Amino acid sequence: MSLSQNHLIELAHEVVKRALDAGASDAECTVAEGEEFSANVRMRELESLKEAGSRGIGVRVLVGRRAGSSSTSDLSREGIERLVRSAIELADVTNEDPCAGLPEADEFGSLAGDLRLAAPDVANLETGMKIETAKRAEAAALDSDPRIFNSEGASFDSHLGRHVFVNSRGFAGEYRTSYCSLSAVPVAREGESMERDYWSSLARGFSGLEPPEQVGRIAASRALRRLNPVKVTTQKVPVVFEARVARSLLGNLFDAVHGMAIYRHQSFLEDKLGEKVASECVTVIDDGTIPGLFGTSPFDDEGVASRRTVVIERGVLKSYLLNCYAARKLGMKTTGNASRGLTGNPGIGHGNFYLEKGAETPEQIVGGIRNGFYVTETQGFGVNTVTGDYSQGAAGLWIRDGELAFAVSEVTIAANLREMLLGIEAAGSDLEFRGSVAAPTIKIGEMTVGGK
Amino acid sequence: MQFAETIFASRFQLTRQDLERCLAEALSHGGDYADLYFEYLLTSSIGIDESIVKSAAQGVSMGVGVRVIAGERTGYAYSDDLSVEKILKAARVAAYIAAGPSKVESFNLKEGRRHNLYPVATAPTETPFAERVELVRRADRAARAYDSRIFQVNAVYADNLRHVLIATSDGVLTADRQPLARLNVSVLARENGGAPQRGHAGGGGRVELGFFLNEKTPEYFAKEAAREALAMLGAVEAPAGETTVVLGPGWPGILLHEAVGHGLEADFNRKGVSAFSGRIGQKVASELCTVVDDGTIHHRRGSLNMDDEGQPTQRNVLIENGVLRGYLQDKLSSTLLGAAPTGSGRRESYEHMPLPRMTNTFMLAGESDPEEIIRSVPKGLYCVSFGGGQVDITSGNFVFSASESYLIEDGKITRPVRNATLIGNGPEALKYVSMVGNDLKLDQGVGVCGKEGQSVPVGVGIPTIRIDKMTVGGTA
Repeated sequence: MSLSQNHLIELAHEVVKRALDAGASDAECTVAEGEEFSANVRMRELESLKEAGSRGIGVRVLVGRRAGSSSTSDLSREGIERLVRSAIELADVTNEDPCAGLPEADEFGSLAGDLRLAAPDVANLETGMKIETAKRAEAAALDSDPRIFNSEGASFDSHLGRHVFVNSRGFAGEYRTSYCSLSAVPVAREGESMERDYWSSLARGFSGLEPPEQVGRIAASRALRRLNPVKVTTQKVPVVFEARVARSLLGNLFDAVHGMAIYRHQSFLEDKLGEKVASECVTVIDDGTIPGLFGTSPFDDEGVASRRTVVIERGVLKSYLLNCYAARKLGMKTTGNASRGLTGNPGIGHGNFYLEKGAETPEQIVGGIRNGFYVTETQGFGVNTVTGDYSQGAAGLWIRDGELAFAVSEVTIAANLREMLLGIEAAGSDLEFRGSVAAPTIKIGEMTVGGK
Repeated sequence: MQFAETIFASRFQLTRQDLERCLAEALSHGGDYADLYFEYLLTSSIGIDESIVKSAAQGVSMGVGVRVIAGERTGYAYSDDLSVEKILKAARVAAYIAAGPSKVESFNLKEGRRHNLYPVATAPTETPFAERVELVRRADRAARAYDSRIFQVNAVYADNLRHVLIATSDGVLTADRQPLARLNVSVLARENGGAPQRGHAGGGGRVELGFFLNEKTPEYFAKEAAREALAMLGAVEAPAGETTVVLGPGWPGILLHEAVGHGLEADFNRKGVSAFSGRIGQKVASELCTVVDDGTIHHRRGSLNMDDEGQPTQRNVLIENGVLRGYLQDKLSSTLLGAAPTGSGRRESYEHMPLPRMTNTFMLAGESDPEEIIRSVPKGLYCVSFGGGQVDITSGNFVFSASESYLIEDGKITRPVRNATLIGNGPEALKYVSMVGNDLKLDQGVGVCGKEGQSVPVGVGIPTIRIDKMTVGGTA
């Protein structure tokens, strides 16, 4: 199924050359190849298996300052011809855009050395072992407590990917990635109350996964602690975001420092560089260079080397995250955060985007609260980064005299992101990179909990 | 559409014998059922931002998914190469799920039954780009001309044309050509250098390009987006806690999609993990509520001539006068449950296994005058537009986030309020519906539903309704 590594790079070079021959003044070509596998088990039986590979190629051309893009999974000669022709034709319907263009020659680059993005053990895993791993995780959940009466199953997924990028200014780069993930979703019941939760482990290679029994037991304990929830009365209290949901707050922050949101005037953090936008205990970093992590890559999707950018330092906004386009719009330099699929203009993505850890453990943070809400799940799309308005559904545990006292659900939490950032009173010591966005436990001084 | 007329027969030279051979290979290890889902998808999109047409993109994606069912097990493999050898290879991979001797004798593939809900001679994807690019230019101009306080406009037009061919070991061979187009406009408004507010509107369906020229024009969507942004200037804090909520007609039908729709998908109920599991025949809403899922409405975004397993779509009653009537089935669940198919098996693409999904989900009209509904509320919230929603099908808790809403004070709509999320519990929320308007409206055609990582286009609809009690996530 796989073409040789050289063949993919050659193909990308050929597409760029054909685009230039057809009248493009610049061209960029992306080739992505992937193999995926997934096994789902449910109630101790294999439920489904999926295995496949795919390839796609995309080209973006600039004719002067007009851009056109095209992509295809048809890698036949005819498919490639059509790909190039269509991108050139499309450049004809777009407008001159003064900021459109490739990075400057001195901006290209790729990190040297082994970034440990592909683990050798993933390609050779036996199907039987992958199924067994998922079964062990689910069994651990089912066996952990009689109230775990059902399950949405457990799954093992793995992926091998290859990414090639070539442009007409002389950049050519390629890297391989791999990951494995294991997750379990048990369902708990007691009386009329039925609740589910999940736990998952993600790693570049099989050997990096948490033990299946641990994944199952954590998932089960999370579902169990949600049983018999109470809907509390409406009140303003301190709110603690468990690390897993604190990540979603970091996601909201990323949307607000996103270069496109800045030049389009749709972020509450516009014009705030150098100003205090968060409390003293907030330092946020975007780092695409940390070996082995999930947001790491040698170069971004414009061929600019990945790097470490301090976004917020002790509460002060230091940098936005930019690709070349947003940088030109704002009169700044790219931060190496270009991101895109096979087609279209480059967007902006993050590397490893995280909140630095603090000194207190989650237990110490909770221990210092007399009456508050410990959030373990948020629900919905009620975050507006233009105004900063934040309103989400939430579930979790109520904090009474420094202890997690009882389950709470069907409530909302609301505030404005501006106040929330300034109101962060503690970042926990429990920072873990479980994905490309990471955060420790976060305590916010006050939010409105909407309930009865 | 006959098999011989499909792109798979004409361009890729596939024959009935090829399909039968691949099905036989898929069942070579003794599976009970197999199907092939061929897809050839053309996509295009054009974007305008800051009055500059900055992007135009086109894509081709093609492949075949092979599925084998053996008891409760499913094997799945796909190939983006449509040569017979590669399909056979995928079939062998999918076949591993079963363990036994081949039971296949022969397939007698017969052209299956399907609707003709979107007879579109020329799909938008097949029209010249120059015509389509005009749509975003017009939207940009109209939004800016609407009011000088509109200072930022972003419009995206996107369409696709999906050629589908399904062959099953039951002997069904069905093909379809599925056009889809939409135009989205989002704007920002600002007053006297204050904080900006955004507005959004969009729509489309399985239509010809003429829809945007004659029925819902770029100017229509542009004005709608501008109106929303301007309306939100000066918004006050939303209330926090339980209050009376009136939903306006159309897109607020997302309530039904989240509160009941997902919970009634048969996979969750077969497994007993939905808050609605085992509740058929029980009262789950006030008797004013009748909710249907109908995949057969002409030209609608959520409609399909046949579902993605080759089964014709239909109108399914989910809740009738408050009583739970039925679930949405795909092939696997209906077989295992011994239930009749409902034409609800859908998938994002050839890379995905089918799942039971919604199509167009809406509540039937009642008898109340919408104005009377608002007049009946001394204090509450009137919600006109929403951003999106989400549900935990096990606990039944769902949310949907209001992007345009107003306070109701003494029976009158007064001030706009800031974005707020509403939360409720599926089997409980609709019990508090005390009035249902006579103004059923379907949404404009922009809905995308996500489940297990798969996105499919859907529609929703609702008349104006009054819900006596719902929790609102404001700060006031």
